[in-house]
Amino acid sequence: MTTVATTVATQKEREVRALLRDLNDDYAVCLDDMELARWPDFFEEEADYRVVSRENHEQGLELSALSCTGRAMLLDRVAALESTTVYEPRAIRHLVGCVTLDALEGELCRARANFALYESLSDREPHLLMVGRYLDVVSLAGERPLFRQRWCVYDNYRIRTSLIIPV
Amino acid sequence: MTPAAQSSAAPRAWPEEAARVPAWIYSDPALFERELEVFHHGATWSYVGLECEIPEPGSYKRSWVGRRPVILVRDKDGEINVLENRCAHRGTMVCWQNRGQAKDLTCPYHHWNYDLKGNLQGLPFLRGALGKGGMPRDFDKSAHGLRRLRVERRGGTVWASYSEEAPSLEAFIGPEMLACIDRVFPANRRLRLIGYNRQHLPCNWKLYFENSRDPYHAGLLHSFFVTFGLLRTDTPFRAVPTEGGRHGIMASTYSPETASQQNEVTQQLTSWRPDFRIQDMELVKPVDEFGDSSMINLSVFPSVFFQQHGNCLAVRQILPKSQSETELSWTHYGFENDDPAMQARRLKQANLVGPAGYVGIDDSEVLAQLQPSAEKLPEALQVVEMGGRDTGAHETMVSETLIRSFYAFYRASMGL
Repeated sequence: MTTVATTVATQKEREVRALLRDLNDDYAVCLDDMELARWPDFFEEEADYRVVSRENHEQGLELSALSCTGRAMLLDRVAALESTTVYEPRAIRHLVGCVTLDALEGELCRARANFALYESLSDREPHLLMVGRYLDVVSLAGERPLFRQRWCVYDNYRIRTSLIIPV
Repeated sequence: MTPAAQSSAAPRAWPEEAARVPAWIYSDPALFERELEVFHHGATWSYVGLECEIPEPGSYKRSWVGRRPVILVRDKDGEINVLENRCAHRGTMVCWQNRGQAKDLTCPYHHWNYDLKGNLQGLPFLRGALGKGGMPRDFDKSAHGLRRLRVERRGGTVWASYSEEAPSLEAFIGPEMLACIDRVFPANRRLRLIGYNRQHLPCNWKLYFENSRDPYHAGLLHSFFVTFGLLRTDTPFRAVPTEGGRHGIMASTYSPETASQQNEVTQQLTSWRPDFRIQDMELVKPVDEFGDSSMINLSVFPSVFFQQHGNCLAVRQILPKSQSETELSWTHYGFENDDPAMQARRLKQANLVGPAGYVGIDDSEVLAQLQPSAEKLPEALQVVEMGGRDTGAHETMVSETLIRSFYAFYRASMGL
């Protein structure tokens, strides 16, 4: 893929970047609205979704706090959250920004964004749950863009109590 | 300071009634400090890491013994040293990176320099500058090294102790537990590091130990385990306190035949969801790599759990941070000759445990609710009578013997 120099972006690159901003916003709204059943629809069939610590990512260690290889595992995560997982009621807000297009080749692009997740539990003050970067590979071939890869690399050294709603 | 964070002026008395645990043990800061002295800095051994994390001479990683930070480092002779991560000069943390490679250790503050065994090699201006300053002539470098702990290893695991009086690691762990640990660290297989998960829990560390010594909850709370038959109240199970209740073995049996069977046990479970299905069944269909269809959760007090859930192998270090905060540091591992399918399986099944685990979430959420209630009602009593009031080995999940035996040991150690 050719690297995108953002200051001298072509018309096409600017269009893709706008598309990615919309994709990120729609993704965040879907999760914040707790419409978990729609979440797997943001991914391709063979998608690689991971929530991984910066510590593991930078050392090249394979372990993720949460990983879904393929759409089946994304659907399973949703199914478990809806029927077996025991957790305190909460609201999550994703704040996503600094969406950048790193490389573009044909109908495939490599992109990044920053995320911050705020969590409000049933009877306490809101707190910052997690902060980090999305490292994405997005397919632009279909009617709407889909994640082929979404690695959520969190900067937190440790996860606060538990990570329930996907990042 | 909240009322719950205040220490009681007079030592409280343990309730006389059998099979009861008082809630004040979870919120008293003075008691917490004493626990660290008795258990973590006493005549015990603490798990600090795996040899495969520091493979080469000069490899190091940071770890803890209780609340104290330590450095595990392999020296030029291949020996593993465990050193307090505290400069002998002014107490600055010497090592600031979680893992890495070093020729020696230099404190960033005044550049005191130590070799990989912790010996003080040199310090700037030992003899002063331009004839002024410098250390007194009788300053003895050999008396100012990094504090070095006793170290023992077994099957790729590394342990440290502050105590010269502690027995050997083998004697400390005891034969029954040792056999269970050796099973998941076979002597003929080299370990492969898969990665870390770190989690902060807003609860007292003993609540976490109890949770992982409580098979009664596992068959109820963990709907995911129950539904897929990974842990069933009607399959063979052993709950074995060892070394006078200090350690605890939980061993369950997985059987594909009975995994989805309906009977009088499942009828009592509201968490059993026969209609719940997942699409990727490899998550819940382990390969029987140790040839005994067993899953284990071993508590080696005061520092660690060893767990094998299906093909997910992990060491869970329990790091008490305060009377109401505990950090869990999970190290997942496999073996060097794992084929790609087994590597993928271990990663997939890692989704069962940890801060985002299908089963792990349930525990952390419950423990986060337990701590505030313990703090608000310190005189309240917990009932641990399931399976009787004794502290022996039981062959059922429907038992709290591992919690009772732990508190028999705890009271004797703490003089409560």
